[in-house]
Amino acid sequence: MKKHVIVIGGGPAGMEAAGQLIKNGYDVSLFEKDKTTGGHLNEWFKLFPDRRAGSEVLDYYKNLISGKDLKIINSTVVEKVGQSGGSLTVSTKEGIEHTADAVVIATGFDLFKSTRKEEYGYEIYDNVISSADLEAMFRKGAVITSEGKTPKNVGFVHCVGSRDEKVGNLYCSKLCCITAVKQAIEIKEHVPGTKVYCFYMDMRMGGAYYEELYREAQEEWGVNFIRGKVSEVSESINNRLIVKVEDTLAGRPLKMELDMLVLMAGMEMSEAGKKLASLTGLKTGDNRFFSPADHHYGSNRSNISGIFYAGACTMPMNITETISHARAAVADVIDYLKDSKR
Amino acid sequence: MQFDPFIIPFNIGLYFILIYAVVRSVMWFRDLSKQDKLRLQRGFFGRSFGQSLKEIFMESLLHRKIFKTNFRLGYMHMSLAFGWFLLILFGTLEADIFGSSHLNAPYKAIFFKYFNPDHGRAGFEAVWSFVMDFLLAVILSGLIIAIIKRLYSRIVGMKKTTKLRPLDKVALTSLWMIFPSRLIAESFTSGAYGTGSFLTGSLGSWLASFLPAHEMAYPFWWLYSLSLGTFFVLLPLTRYMHIPTELFLIFARNSGITTGDKAGAFTDIQTYSCSSCGICIDACQLNFSTGITNIQSAYLLKGIRNNENVKDIAFNCLMCGRCDQKCPVGIELTPIRMLRRRAGETEHVEKSILKRYFPDKPSFNPVKVSEKPSFDFLPSSRPVKADVVYFAGCMTHLTPSIRNSMIKILDASGVKYKFIDENGGVCCGRPLMLAGQDKEARELINFNSKLILKSGAQTLVTSCPICYKVFRESYYLDIEVLHHTQFIKNLIDEGSLKLNFMRKKVVYHTPCDLGRGSGVYDEPRDVLRYVSRLQKTDFDNENSLCCGGSLGNMKISYKQKQIIAADAAARLTKDNPEILATSCPLCKKTLAAATETKVADIAEIVAEAIMLPNLMKEKSNPMLIVKEPVTI
Repeated sequence: MKKHVIVIGGGPAGMEAAGQLIKNGYDVSLFEKDKTTGGHLNEWFKLFPDRRAGSEVLDYYKNLISGKDLKIINSTVVEKVGQSGGSLTVSTKEGIEHTADAVVIATGFDLFKSTRKEEYGYEIYDNVISSADLEAMFRKGAVITSEGKTPKNVGFVHCVGSRDEKVGNLYCSKLCCITAVKQAIEIKEHVPGTKVYCFYMDMRMGGAYYEELYREAQEEWGVNFIRGKVSEVSESINNRLIVKVEDTLAGRPLKMELDMLVLMAGMEMSEAGKKLASLTGLKTGDNRFFSPADHHYGSNRSNISGIFYAGACTMPMNITETISHARAAVADVIDYLKDSKR
Repeated sequence: MQFDPFIIPFNIGLYFILIYAVVRSVMWFRDLSKQDKLRLQRGFFGRSFGQSLKEIFMESLLHRKIFKTNFRLGYMHMSLAFGWFLLILFGTLEADIFGSSHLNAPYKAIFFKYFNPDHGRAGFEAVWSFVMDFLLAVILSGLIIAIIKRLYSRIVGMKKTTKLRPLDKVALTSLWMIFPSRLIAESFTSGAYGTGSFLTGSLGSWLASFLPAHEMAYPFWWLYSLSLGTFFVLLPLTRYMHIPTELFLIFARNSGITTGDKAGAFTDIQTYSCSSCGICIDACQLNFSTGITNIQSAYLLKGIRNNENVKDIAFNCLMCGRCDQKCPVGIELTPIRMLRRRAGETEHVEKSILKRYFPDKPSFNPVKVSEKPSFDFLPSSRPVKADVVYFAGCMTHLTPSIRNSMIKILDASGVKYKFIDENGGVCCGRPLMLAGQDKEARELINFNSKLILKSGAQTLVTSCPICYKVFRESYYLDIEVLHHTQFIKNLIDEGSLKLNFMRKKVVYHTPCDLGRGSGVYDEPRDVLRYVSRLQKTDFDNENSLCCGGSLGNMKISYKQKQIIAADAAARLTKDNPEILATSCPLCKKTLAAATETKVADIAEIVAEAIMLPNLMKEKSNPMLIVKEPVTI
């Protein structure tokens, strides 16, 4: 009889793991909390660093899964994985139990809720938006202010909810810098002549072709990068945003009027993942993400045998890293099921 | 003449402590400022004298305030203090009535049984003996609790008890020995003579049944005298100094003397009045939320008394003032800590015994100030004219929904106002003060004072309790200073602000600097009651918690602050209110990050409740074309 593997989460990590497990001849069920699979990838119009369409990667997943015997259970939240005898029991929110020989957790991340940084005025001033909101504007093909006008001055605030002790997130979310560079260029593409300012602490361009894109943004598109943190945002008489920031390279405080401010929200452990961790007894780290058995050679294994991790539920990851991590999880699952005597 | 060599240790101890108390009191009086000397003289011969006597009876003997906090602890303190007092009183009367002469030396009363072993056989004498035995039994019951408390503090309902120094231990042991040795000495004597009441009599006849009672009694009378003598001689070096000092403190305080912002004899008196009872440790959120148990006020005062470097203790405090409220002796703990912060680093010097009996005045040196003014980059102030000036404060600028709500309220009220730090202002100065940097703070105070005075306004409104406290206490403004909750209350009372009643279930968190810090408790509650269904919490008014965001603590980590915030928020939202209301931007920001419950400033709730016609009024300020604040 075929061994049964349950994958929790239908984003890139979950779909990748499910697709590869099917290829290897396992009976696989994929649980997704939303109506459709795809996760955050559905929200992203274009991907860094080459600005290919997010839909191309979604198409790859369609091919990976289509025609296969994968059971996708949508709109279902998994709350707990229990151990009974040699097998695992996956319980949904509705209380339905499914048995499995192995479980892959791919619950991913939640975007940092920018309302938690009230000083930036998210949901207080209409023209303060998040990076995800801007991506939605790109999808619609209209970058406009709340008054329906074309923005002439746009600011990007880096590290919103990342590297910020005050919100309890000491870690770097890794992707926001490059996302800001990508989005800054896209604004320039959409609305030629717009002035774009990025307020950053450090530019962390550690991926393939990131640094090149950063250079392109400055040389070809004239994006202004200002090293300093935004302290507060207010509104002027004519509804423009007044941003106070310190330019730490020039060593002086700045006050700027902007039409739109984009907050580069960081990545946090998902709420669904938090609940799953506490009910199942899975270890989480100080950063609240799932804590793998070993950071070097066991990044897919959990503290419970038979349960594995894939993707951004363990730390912030980009799509490339997520796919690699999910495939590595599959290798661990195969190894585990071969060894187990069941 | 009744005399025996064993009374010598007691006599030495007693006369030593009496002379010492007089000398020390004279030294304290000499060190008081001229005004405080006058105050004390007036207080001593004035009406507050009766007040002081009453307080001494209620607090130093009965320990009413400790009873209120913790019954078992109160009983312990009362049985020891009041019981001992009555034992001395009745003992003295006993010696006077039944002794060979009148107006006896104290030792005759203390060792009455030894010199009058036949006393107490029948009639009135027996009744008196019963009273004496009863008082001894009460003291011994308190002593048993004290010993249990020392060993297992939880049994008396205390989570923590204070740690002791070696000399404290010797003094404590001699204190603990006093009453058991009296019991055994009296019992042996009673046993030998067939006297004594229910306690000493019964114990005595039982002991005499198998021991040579007459011979055994004598060494225990020696032990009793030695315990008393040792305790009296060591008293000035230990925390038991609080017993005589508290009397002086009560007179000084009732005469109107306060800590103020300069150290002096009154600070010294308060420092020595602490009994290290440990109630401040239980009240402290650093203890019950984060498990930090070595920085509370009892330890600060002990460190100052022992001449230690207490800088780390002084700065590790939320400055919330919860312990000031709970201190049964009424010591002004937070102002003393503030003085210590200004003093900065102090050196620990091991003192000679003589120096420890007669310490120097506490060395709260003034801070060294830099020659150059440090805020010369401040912009020159541009004065504006208005009746009411609104100073939002830095923290309000970081919580734009509060600022927007205040603008909406000010506009709806029709008041002629000016928003003086609309485009960014200068800090009120309090964070620097809390860090002990008064000189720097004064520069900011001068800058803001000029701006406010030039506006010609009669009223200054601020949204931040931190600013409010410093405006009232450290600015010399001759105008009315209001927190926005008071201002809103006035607007409602005058009828300038028409509000809808919102059916929301609300609890209110009193900010430290507004409540305990400035005594504003009622207006915020009145406003909330006017617009919403205000519910009670276990932490209302004086008992309110610190939100954890305190600017006052420079030692703990953000993580620890977050733990305090989460703990405070959980306690406040125990009954699932719809809104956790507060009246401080810092509290709002801190609590909002720590709970799922909606957290809102009173200004936000009021702005939401404004009736529409109010908003149609003539608008005085272009700033008022603000969008709706966040919906609540």
